[in-house]
Amino acid sequence: MQQSNAYIITFSVILTVVLGLLLSGTSQVLAPIQKKAVELDTKKQILGAVLDAETISKMSSEEVLEFYDKRISSKVVDINGEEIEKDSDGNSIIAENVDIGKNFKRSPENRQYPVFIFHTEGNEDEIESIILPVYGSGLWDSIWGYVALQTDVTTIEGVTFGHAAETPGLGARITANSVQARFEGKQIFDGSGELVSVVMQKGEGKDYSGDPHKVDGLSGATITANGVNDMLKNYLSHYKEYLKSKKSTNNSEVASVN
Amino acid sequence: MSTETAQTTDVKQPSEALLSKRRKKFITDPLIDDNPITIQVLGICSALAVTTQMQPTLVMAISVIFVMVMANLTISLLRNTIPSRVRIIVQLAVVATLVTLVNEILKAFAFDMYKELSVFIGLIITNCIVMGRLEAFALGNKPYDSILDGFGSALGYSWIILAVAFFRELLGSGSVFGVPVYETISGLFGEEFSLATNGLMVSPVGAFIILGLIIWVQRTKTGYVEH
Repeated sequence: MQQSNAYIITFSVILTVVLGLLLSGTSQVLAPIQKKAVELDTKKQILGAVLDAETISKMSSEEVLEFYDKRISSKVVDINGEEIEKDSDGNSIIAENVDIGKNFKRSPENRQYPVFIFHTEGNEDEIESIILPVYGSGLWDSIWGYVALQTDVTTIEGVTFGHAAETPGLGARITANSVQARFEGKQIFDGSGELVSVVMQKGEGKDYSGDPHKVDGLSGATITANGVNDMLKNYLSHYKEYLKSKKSTNNSEVASVN
Repeated sequence: MSTETAQTTDVKQPSEALLSKRRKKFITDPLIDDNPITIQVLGICSALAVTTQMQPTLVMAISVIFVMVMANLTISLLRNTIPSRVRIIVQLAVVATLVTLVNEILKAFAFDMYKELSVFIGLIITNCIVMGRLEAFALGNKPYDSILDGFGSALGYSWIILAVAFFRELLGSGSVFGVPVYETISGLFGEEFSLATNGLMVSPVGAFIILGLIIWVQRTKTGYVEH
């Protein structure tokens, strides 16, 4: 059956319009639900730095949101550690909505740096830990994570990492609890107050419990491990001014109590 | 071609049972004798990529079943109006729309799965099984038969990828559907006893090996030889 060109064109136009309407309609209907799903995912990741994965997986999505609202307050700082509330267009910035990956493409001076503060229930001043997002490159694609620091602003309370496309079984192990647990209790500043970060070593299976700045590496995934090291080093140095200000306020609080 | 004429007259009988013998064959044939993966060797790319764990594989299987059934239905309904010169583009547009729908729905209701599978869901568009069935069957058959055919082929694809995923997750990660099997077994024999997982199974190479073994076993049993 050979149809005329007019028929073919009409058919194509109608098909395109129908399919287009169908797709844009669904997209419109689902957009708010998707936005919520993304928000929940972000909040779960942030909480992942201070809670273990099992606790979070047991919580329902409402419980996660409720827990987040009660225990986390957030703000955005710039490279100098000063709080910024409005972006260049005058819109107010919400820390949870800051796209770390997009910011990663800007130069470090122009990025927005969200800070999430994990506090005791109901009291925003009683800080338990400070959660900082980190972002970098692994072997194949982006890697990211959240680092929770204790109130001394140097001891790591916990970390959580995610990745886009690291090799399963090798680099992808950065998402494993056993790997993330290696960072707990490590120090990012040395005794003299210099930022040294925490570095994954080459090879795996050695005991670094005596060294506060070294953790056991990932066998077969050295490039991913190096990516994690660079990511931590970079972002912790971007947050350095903020952390230093936190440190001095903590010290002055101690001093005033004394 | 006496059999074909017999079949067409068969279709025209309004009293044909919903699951007559002829229609059952649409579903059962692709499971073993005409399996899209093991016999026709189509859709291999996603079979290799998504099968490291059972759960994403199951989601993938359900998505493919949905896309194939709906695409076969749509194309079959439109089969007399689709201009033959642009039929491939029309098929592609329908499949792409369905796949995008699946992707959007996953993003809204199963975000964890979406993060893991999104790339591969998109690749359903290029899955040769889908286009193959549209071109070979849905364009020339009635809607209900086309649904059965799409369902059968998708089921044939699904059980193979689930079987591959079962062995890859069990041997590679020591678990099934995320339930730690190896740990439980080791627990039975005391602390000294432990089973080692095979890292090869987690990489695509493992899928090739498992798939090769399945094809081997199946062809030995059915005696199928490629001509």
